[in-house]
Amino acid sequence: MKADLVRSASAGATAARVLRWWHRNFFDGWINMLLAVGGIWLLATTLPGLWRWLVTESSVAPASYGDCLSAGGACWSFLQAKWRLILFGTYPFEEQWRAGLSTIIFLMAVVLSCIPGLWLGSTRRWFMCALWIAVLGTVMVLMPGGMFGLPRVEHRLWAGLPLTLGFAAIGCCCAFGLAILLALGRRSDMRLMHWLCVGYIEFIRGVPLISLLLLATILFPLLVPPEVDVDQLLRAQIAFVMFFAAYLAEAIRGGLQAVPPGQSAAAQAIGFGYWRTQIHIVLPQALRVALPSLVNTFIAALKDTSLVSVVAMMDLLGTANAAKADPNWWGLYIEPYLFVALIYFALCAGMSWYARGLERRLAGEKKGTQRA
Amino acid sequence: MPETNDLATLRGIVKRYGTQTVLDDVSLDVAVGERLVLCGPSGSGKSTLISCINGLVRHDQGKIVVDGIEVSHRSGTLPAVRSRVGMVFQQFNLFPHLTVLENCTLGPRKLRGLSRAESDALAVAQLKRMRIVDQAHKRPSQLSGGQQQRVAIARALCMQPALMLFDEPTSSLDPEMVKEVLDVMIEMAHSGMTMIVVTHEMGFARQAADRVVFMDQGRIVEQGPPERFFNSAVDARTRAFLSRILAR
Repeated sequence: MKADLVRSASAGATAARVLRWWHRNFFDGWINMLLAVGGIWLLATTLPGLWRWLVTESSVAPASYGDCLSAGGACWSFLQAKWRLILFGTYPFEEQWRAGLSTIIFLMAVVLSCIPGLWLGSTRRWFMCALWIAVLGTVMVLMPGGMFGLPRVEHRLWAGLPLTLGFAAIGCCCAFGLAILLALGRRSDMRLMHWLCVGYIEFIRGVPLISLLLLATILFPLLVPPEVDVDQLLRAQIAFVMFFAAYLAEAIRGGLQAVPPGQSAAAQAIGFGYWRTQIHIVLPQALRVALPSLVNTFIAALKDTSLVSVVAMMDLLGTANAAKADPNWWGLYIEPYLFVALIYFALCAGMSWYARGLERRLAGEKKGTQRA
Repeated sequence: MPETNDLATLRGIVKRYGTQTVLDDVSLDVAVGERLVLCGPSGSGKSTLISCINGLVRHDQGKIVVDGIEVSHRSGTLPAVRSRVGMVFQQFNLFPHLTVLENCTLGPRKLRGLSRAESDALAVAQLKRMRIVDQAHKRPSQLSGGQQQRVAIARALCMQPALMLFDEPTSSLDPEMVKEVLDVMIEMAHSGMTMIVVTHEMGFARQAADRVVFMDQGRIVEQGPPERFFNSAVDARTRAFLSRILAR
């Protein structure tokens, strides 16, 4: 009897708390009330349809094209038949395990590298460098083959997720290095260096990425003598690096401007020359400030890899287009796009989540709350 | 060149910013172990002058020799000069991304090739001397201004300089922290370090200086031992400056 009373009392209290929470967050004032009602109405009209499409009216594996059409919902059996085409594209079907394995070990190395503790101390740093050399070496054996009994796979057959990931990762790393030099050059006292960097950055930023890619792939072979044969993939990669280096340079310049001039003066007074001052004193501070806008650019770069499809390279979006073009599954296009959108989203959300954590950590470190 | 007892000699130093002449034919000799206080109204060129000594500011004319090495921006003697000259700034300029200890060990490790253990020992010794060793693992932003300035002095001393330059080391400190910084500077002066100190702290000049140099409008107006400088200054500008600054 008493226990019942207590339970009902506590249930009443919980209900009151829930009501208060709803009131505070959604119904305190008429603007919030309108927004809440509008939001609920929107969800009520869209969710049931979405649920029907995704679940109740969708069709899985043994379902044929015809079954899908009559069911009317999402055709998951289409994705089940095409996922390898979307992930690996024109990479030879029998050899796709190599592309898959490369992608997995690469992603694992990236995730490991994101753990700050693994970079502390010179022993661990050497280990991480060795790990990366091993990973890149393995990928560079697995992907092209032609050795250890692996059949050769030409660059032009590389496609899908490995292409997108490799292109974005290598591109961002090289662009980042170039961007640091450009940003420092732009702030240099040497007039020629300054104007060269300003000219480069302003020119590149004034040109769309697509036109740079087209320039690199179509115009470049016409301009250089035919003996100079630069690989198609490499040419697109160079254009991509040149483009994003300009954007990253501006983000880094913002960070450089936030470092007080007294910092370089102090470093110079100790006896550091220009490069040591930049490497040990200025850049560590500038990159922390620039981190949010750097991540912003990296995310944009990852998504802009999809533009390489205009120069006949088949990235993740290109393979989705290829999947949709199959006449046996004619007219189905939402499923492959949804699939690649989810992959892009997972990659970008991961980057953004990690960067938020990194920012918090660095802010704590500066205040000294994290390390004793 | 004859052997002299001078650690730093400045001859006919001229520095212009655009049309404005900040240093106008300044000559100065600093003997080994001498403690020199540079004073003068703001804009008189005293900070520019000491910044010329370690080449942070490039002089337009004249010759500066530190420990037998000419300060030359062309022939690349700056690293050698800076390894012999330490500097302490008005705004401390500690490196905020490094701990107090790392602030002190970075120079010795990267420039003097000391191991981590050696540089740590050196830094701890200097931090002890500055009475701040208990804060060694904190970040600069966690310290008070006076503490930061003492770390900055320790950082400069870790490079084991022959000459220490102080650019208004107490000007941006809260009044109650001025003394803790001056105390360690006086101690340093008594230990025989050659020092050039730009300051308005006349108490420090009386207590620790061998010579006081008064500058105005880019020129040295008057100089002498503190006793004579404070009691029987000749130039009217010096007397006006002293009456202003001592009246505070």
